[in-house]
Amino acid sequence: MSFLKKLMVTAAFSAAMFVNAACAENVKIALVVKSLGNGFFDAANKGAEEAAKELGDVDIIYTGPTKATAEAQIEVINSLIAQKVNAIAISANDADALVPALKKAMDRGITVISWDSGVAPEGRQLHLNPSDTSLIGETIIKLAADYLPEGGDVAILSASSTATNQNAWIDAAKKVLPEKFPKINLVATVYGDDDSAKSTDEAKGLLKSYPNLKAIIAPTTVGVVAAAQVVTDQALIGKVNVTGLALPSEFKKFIDNGASQAVALWNPIDLGYSAVYLAHDLAVKKEEAKPGATLSIGRVGKVTLDDTNSAAMAPPFKFDKSNIEEFSKIY
Amino acid sequence: MTDTPARRHIPNRLDKPLNAAIFSWEALLVAVAVAIFAVNSFASPYFLDAWSLSDLTFNFTEKALIALAMALLIISGEIDLSVAAIIALASTMMGMAVQAGAGTPVLVAIGIVVGLGCGAFNGLLVTRLGLPSIVVTIGTMSLFRGIAFIVLGDQAYKGYPPSFAFFGQGYVWWVVSFELTLLLVAAVVYWFLLHRTSFGRRVFAIGNNPVAAQFSGVRVGRIKFILFCLTGLMAGIASVLITSRLGSTRPSIAQGYELEVITMVVLGGVSILGGAGSILGVVLAAFIMGLVTFGLGLLNVPGIVMSIFIGLLLIIVIALPIVWRRVRRERFT
Repeated sequence: MSFLKKLMVTAAFSAAMFVNAACAENVKIALVVKSLGNGFFDAANKGAEEAAKELGDVDIIYTGPTKATAEAQIEVINSLIAQKVNAIAISANDADALVPALKKAMDRGITVISWDSGVAPEGRQLHLNPSDTSLIGETIIKLAADYLPEGGDVAILSASSTATNQNAWIDAAKKVLPEKFPKINLVATVYGDDDSAKSTDEAKGLLKSYPNLKAIIAPTTVGVVAAAQVVTDQALIGKVNVTGLALPSEFKKFIDNGASQAVALWNPIDLGYSAVYLAHDLAVKKEEAKPGATLSIGRVGKVTLDDTNSAAMAPPFKFDKSNIEEFSKIY
Repeated sequence: MTDTPARRHIPNRLDKPLNAAIFSWEALLVAVAVAIFAVNSFASPYFLDAWSLSDLTFNFTEKALIALAMALLIISGEIDLSVAAIIALASTMMGMAVQAGAGTPVLVAIGIVVGLGCGAFNGLLVTRLGLPSIVVTIGTMSLFRGIAFIVLGDQAYKGYPPSFAFFGQGYVWWVVSFELTLLLVAAVVYWFLLHRTSFGRRVFAIGNNPVAAQFSGVRVGRIKFILFCLTGLMAGIASVLITSRLGSTRPSIAQGYELEVITMVVLGGVSILGGAGSILGVVLAAFIMGLVTFGLGLLNVPGIVMSIFIGLLLIIVIALPIVWRRVRRERFT
């Protein structure tokens, strides 16, 4: 017992020392996501690892809570502050509630940037948008409108009602509707909370409440799969087109079976890659994040910061029958 | 299920033999806490740091405050599943007051009064209408949060005054936060109330046998009503703290907290059937849950694995004494 205990203590201690020594050399960049177990964020991590390999001196800590709540993300941030990471690159569950925790991180010398889903300007040094909000808003409507020459009723199935990015896209979509897509009639916006079961129920509810529905637009990778599954199960393929933002690998079968004509997404691999590059620019190269500054994001190019220190990476990319096969193998 | 010693065992007034103290639930929890602390210290070089340990406490202080009152409620044989929804409603009301230009003292008063009011509402439905508390509070859980969602929709209330930030982000002395101080003070108050007053004895009596308690002259309904009010009050206080810590209000605030609060209470040795438990156990359980989640967080263990750990910990800590007792009995008979 006593010998075994000593052995274990020694092993644990030397392991701790080893970890300590390994960490001393490299820059630690934490990629914090809304919740783990989401294909989109796993793909972003792939890009982050790619950037780390290119930069050479970077260790990526890929982490996030199980529940997509601000409170759970704050617990993750606290543990990263304790680990004295060099930079935090976060996709936020709540733009405002994370501000005090991230301010604390910055006070202790940690570089903080947000990507994908942003944090209020006082809680981060810069924000990287995957694309431009108005472009995404227009794209999600266009995806439905392209296959509805005669127009008709469409509905939106979103993530949670508090999700920063989904709300911004939907607002942008509503703005372009009257002038660019006059024949498209948006009848409802419902919230599936990025939960498969809830999204399924909400999709069923839409089909029941609006029998003339021609398309369901789900700007969330969880919601779009749930909606396409409901349309498939209820034998509505050809009558209701499901579209929105989807991961090709998760969604391929619904393009194949016809439940959906096309979906779009930016490249999450590029997004994770660019976020790590930006964190590295600020934390290691000591570049300053200020309006008008141009920062390098490696092979993806360069971004320029606007008045609120935000930047847009690239426009969304469309997947249909012609290219889904290829992209489903990537992410 | 034939083995329910907790209901027959009323330990608090009788002097315990040393043996019983060593094998008590609280001793087991202390041992678990020390073990986890030691493992954490070895597993991560960042754990033994004053600021890390201070940050750690924010993971559980708000929930633990509610757990204190919830422990009394569960000991009396009732439960309140609406506590997280009360936080959301109280926070929303505070947010509305901010928009109307209220200052910090008014905000704190509103948070506490709304919490108390929600607790009283639960208490009235349970004691006056004689409805089961689990049904009532599942209902009010949706009701309270529903109101918050109707008021706020997908918006957020911001702009809390800078002085309001003290409650959730301030420090009383060095690394000792206001939240932790409040928890320790509240723990002493609740310990005194449950273990050193006749009110506390009545709570145990009700939990063990409400009918016998009633016939012995204990005003069962009234005491249960007070306990619901206390639970609401603590949820209101927790709402002030969490709103201050987040600096904003959204209707989804504190989602899922009720189950974590109840996990703390059960892990703390309170019988879910009522009639037994201690405040010390609940406080220890809160620290244990905080230590486990923070320790695993330092190792960047994914959250889902963390939930599995908490689940296993709960099952092991609850099963261990039962298995231990059974083994001993088999050996001696």
